[in-house]
Amino acid sequence: MTGILVRLLPAGERALLVEVAAPEVGRADGEGDGASEIGAVLALDATFRACAAAGAGPWAAVRDVVPAARTVLLHVTEGGRLDALAADVRRLAAGLEPSPGALAAGSPGRPVLEIAVRYDGPDLDEVAHLTGMAAEEVVAAHTGSPWRVAFGGFAPGFAYLVGGDPRLAVPRRGAPRPSVPAGAVGLAGGYSGVYPRASPGGWQLIGTTDAALWDERRDPPALLRPGAVVRFTAAGPERARP
Amino acid sequence: MTPALEVVRTGPLTLVQDAGRPGYAAVGVGRAGAADRGAYRLGARLVGHGEDLAALEVTLGGLTVRARGRIMVALTGAPAPATLDGRPVAHHALIDVPHGGLLSLAPPPVGLRTYLAVRGGIDVEPVLGSRSTDTLSGVGPPRVAPGDVLPVGRAPSTFPQVDAVAHRPPSPGPVRLAVLPGPRTAWVGGLGPLVAPAWVVGTDSNRIGLRLSDPRGAGVARVDRWRDAELASEGMVRGAVQLPPGGEPVIFLADHPVTGGYPVVAVLTEAASDRAAQLRPGDTVRLVVAPTAG
Repeated sequence: MTGILVRLLPAGERALLVEVAAPEVGRADGEGDGASEIGAVLALDATFRACAAAGAGPWAAVRDVVPAARTVLLHVTEGGRLDALAADVRRLAAGLEPSPGALAAGSPGRPVLEIAVRYDGPDLDEVAHLTGMAAEEVVAAHTGSPWRVAFGGFAPGFAYLVGGDPRLAVPRRGAPRPSVPAGAVGLAGGYSGVYPRASPGGWQLIGTTDAALWDERRDPPALLRPGAVVRFTAAGPERARP
Repeated sequence: MTPALEVVRTGPLTLVQDAGRPGYAAVGVGRAGAADRGAYRLGARLVGHGEDLAALEVTLGGLTVRARGRIMVALTGAPAPATLDGRPVAHHALIDVPHGGLLSLAPPPVGLRTYLAVRGGIDVEPVLGSRSTDTLSGVGPPRVAPGDVLPVGRAPSTFPQVDAVAHRPPSPGPVRLAVLPGPRTAWVGGLGPLVAPAWVVGTDSNRIGLRLSDPRGAGVARVDRWRDAELASEGMVRGAVQLPPGGEPVIFLADHPVTGGYPVVAVLTEAASDRAAQLRPGDTVRLVVAPTAG
């Protein structure tokens, strides 16, 4: 057990930014390997969220836990004690291990969310070209291994999915589209994601889903939350209009 | 009859705001809430209700409302000259508006956002536990429009404790905003480079953020070590001073994005974040280093 090495960075009077320090086994250039950093972020995020829900000690003041690629932001309400919170974060991190790939998930209490996709996206051929695969192979790769929600951001209900087939790591489009339709399934920078609503966007679009990524009348409103495991399935055109 | 406010005119922008919507940042929805929280909370205190009931946030005045039923209100924030049925009424004091009374706000001579606190709160349907309109994510009630009838909640059992509070007019000259170190202060070699320029608030500023420009120079440069570094997106806070590649900072306000990919080189204090929410395009700003406790 080595624990997770963290750096605590200031973020004003009401927040603390917890950064995952590059592990010793990281690359020589000082940058950690992205996958293990996300594993560490997911482990910290799950622990912080549980502590905030239990609300003991300094965690009673924590209102938001915001994971990202290498960091978790802890946001406290007025009167929250950041020094006590920092001490607790260090103690907890020392006792944690990065969440393993765990992508073959379906573990108890962590069901796999299936999202049916029509692979009809305007960039499917471009992704095939970029990856040197046939379009059908791109679909097979996208549906062939589970993804995991690393973090949100960008828009309500948008989730950055990690851990899929590494061959699908393609760059963003050279020029973003002014409008991407709701339900568009995309790839960029090693992530996959689904646009919850129409918005501008620069990801390579490979398909479309009817899944409701965001519904304010639902509790919880977001379908995809940090830590969740997702498997995409290829939907036939007969499922296009339920 | 349920008490309500009939909206006659709104001015450039009138929104329903409360203490905000914490708890959803991990799924892409920020806290939002009143941009000047201090002014919003003072209004709640004046009308004698809790600090979570919704008020109207009026940008640059121009609001006219008619009361349905007798309604108790208070004005805080930017000192928009106000009249009740044509007679001037004061800010920072309880105003008793009779049924049919017409309350109007002119544009404030200084500041930007005036809060109209209504005893009992603006009782529109909450979304995810808050009545705040988040202009970035689109979550929350629609912006207030002429013709709207905004229901007013039941007056609480608590009574107003104060009739009026002392009014501190904004000081003349450049506004000073106190900053604390941010997570990436090292990228610019400390807070020094940020406190040197006399920044000017840009016209493309809104509830999401204030754009600052440096009319006499090239803004703030990164130190060599971090010149070409790429930052993975990370969580943002209200008051974050973010430095895009051009070297001219953005100060995030209430509707800031939940994450961002440019370094946050400083963070405003809470009080300075409130003050920043009252800045207008063209105002001059100095960032000053906040004294740190202990």
